[in-house]
Amino acid sequence: MDFLDYAFMQRALLAAVLVGITAPAVGIYLVQRRQALMGDGIGHVAMTGVGLGFLLSWSPVWMATLVSVLGAVLMELIRWYGRTRGDIALAMLFYGGMAGGVMFINLAPGGSNANLTSYLFGSLSTVSESDVTAICVLAAFVVLVTLGLRRQLFAVSQDEEFARVTGLPVRALNLLTAVTAAVTVTVAMRVVGLLLVSALMVVPVAAAQQLTRSFAATFAIAVAIGVTVTISGTVTSYYQDVPPGATIVLLTIGAFIVLTGLATPLARRRARAAAAAQPAPDPAECAIPASRQADGTVGV
Amino acid sequence: MSESVIALRAVRADLGSRPVLRGIDLTVHRGEVVALLGANGSGKSTAIRTIIGQVPASAGEIELFGTPRGRFRDWARVGYVPQRTTAAGGVPATVTEIVSSGRLSRARFGVLRKADKAAVRRALELVGMADRARDSVNALSGGQHQRVLIARALAAEPELLIMDEPMAGVDLASQEVLARTLGEQVAQGTTVLLVLHELGPLEPLIDRAVVLRDGCVQHDGPPPRAVGQHALPGHDHVHPHDHEPIRTGLLS
Repeated sequence: MDFLDYAFMQRALLAAVLVGITAPAVGIYLVQRRQALMGDGIGHVAMTGVGLGFLLSWSPVWMATLVSVLGAVLMELIRWYGRTRGDIALAMLFYGGMAGGVMFINLAPGGSNANLTSYLFGSLSTVSESDVTAICVLAAFVVLVTLGLRRQLFAVSQDEEFARVTGLPVRALNLLTAVTAAVTVTVAMRVVGLLLVSALMVVPVAAAQQLTRSFAATFAIAVAIGVTVTISGTVTSYYQDVPPGATIVLLTIGAFIVLTGLATPLARRRARAAAAAQPAPDPAECAIPASRQADGTVGV
Repeated sequence: MSESVIALRAVRADLGSRPVLRGIDLTVHRGEVVALLGANGSGKSTAIRTIIGQVPASAGEIELFGTPRGRFRDWARVGYVPQRTTAAGGVPATVTEIVSSGRLSRARFGVLRKADKAAVRRALELVGMADRARDSVNALSGGQHQRVLIARALAAEPELLIMDEPMAGVDLASQEVLARTLGEQVAQGTTVLLVLHELGPLEPLIDRAVVLRDGCVQHDGPPPRAVGQHALPGHDHVHPHDHEPIRTGLLS
């Protein structure tokens, strides 16, 4: 445990744990809404913020937060009003964001694409004192929203049309989800990098789903997977001198594969238990020839 | 005539540039069961979605319980069953979790108290799904999905039920459960407006039928009698869910 003696590793591990909690906590609502790739889009837009931060000698973390929140709100509005041509508008937003980042960083005095690399793929050793403060504040906001409003966010992400009739402020909650996702992207930027952040939002949720039947359990297991992979990825990258972002993402995908392997026999056992509980199971095979049964239903 | 629960006056609505409702009048009085009938594309689903505010009306007036829709806040009095083939989202959820979201209109700050949890349980019992409360909705049949969606609407103990094709894709056994559940609600004085493709097993409950055609009201009065092939018991329509959005990718 000698890695704990270094201040940079303490900061890195704290940042990693916060990312492990927040990314799946937001990601679960994005997956539920079938917008799994939204985090990736926000990551692209955040690059402009990083570039602007360098250019204006501002904190890149706060600047990236500002720009990605604006980008996420814009994405939500495009989703709302754009409908048919929305995908093209989103594509322009994503690639415009990426190009803006590269442009601004090269305009900054002494800036080059090399400065971007640590933001694109994560770099734990460069997590500064002020980064940690920013990450803690932002992570607290994300946890507050994703846990405190879980029933409302669940309802809106599950069925927007129905949520409207329960009187929930659907549009405000959608915007809040987008803003929270944007904040999470910037929390995760230093640890896993902007290009890999979406993986940490989506894959732990997908892995947890292999085992679970309820939303609450999926949430808990996804966060547990998130924290496990970010800590073990960070420690691995310390000992093996491999990039932390890539290590964490590969570990997450590994967790998904292992859990999927475990889940297959589990699902089979559940299906057997369900079949045993039901007195008249459906026939396993189609009856041939198809015939009209006594009660008037058509057999297949 | 008793108090009107839903009132539409000269309501028009467009989807894109296409007019879907071209000035419809529709009033549902307290305690009435009104069926909205019509062919695919006649505007019956749009009419319902205009009432709940999912589709904006381009002209006309909509009132719920005597209050203009724009100012109406008392959503706990309304239960809604959207047209869906599934209750499932992108993440597993149990039957109880889904039905609980129907109680949010009565729960302050989204906190469910004991009484709210009891109401959720009662709603599940009403549709005969109490024994499946802890199961994932992914493990349910089409008819059971529909029963869950109806339990979700009933969880708020509404005075008005709005349902969009509650019988679509539902097996006969579930149709009977749904017809019985709805009958019990109507007996307790619940007002119902429902979109139907055909009257089917709900026929005895229905007081009045409003038939739409090309976005206009064509008939408003006693329900039409089914004739020919449609009158056969167990006759079932198979038709696409043309109003359900395809939810994939970023633009869902």
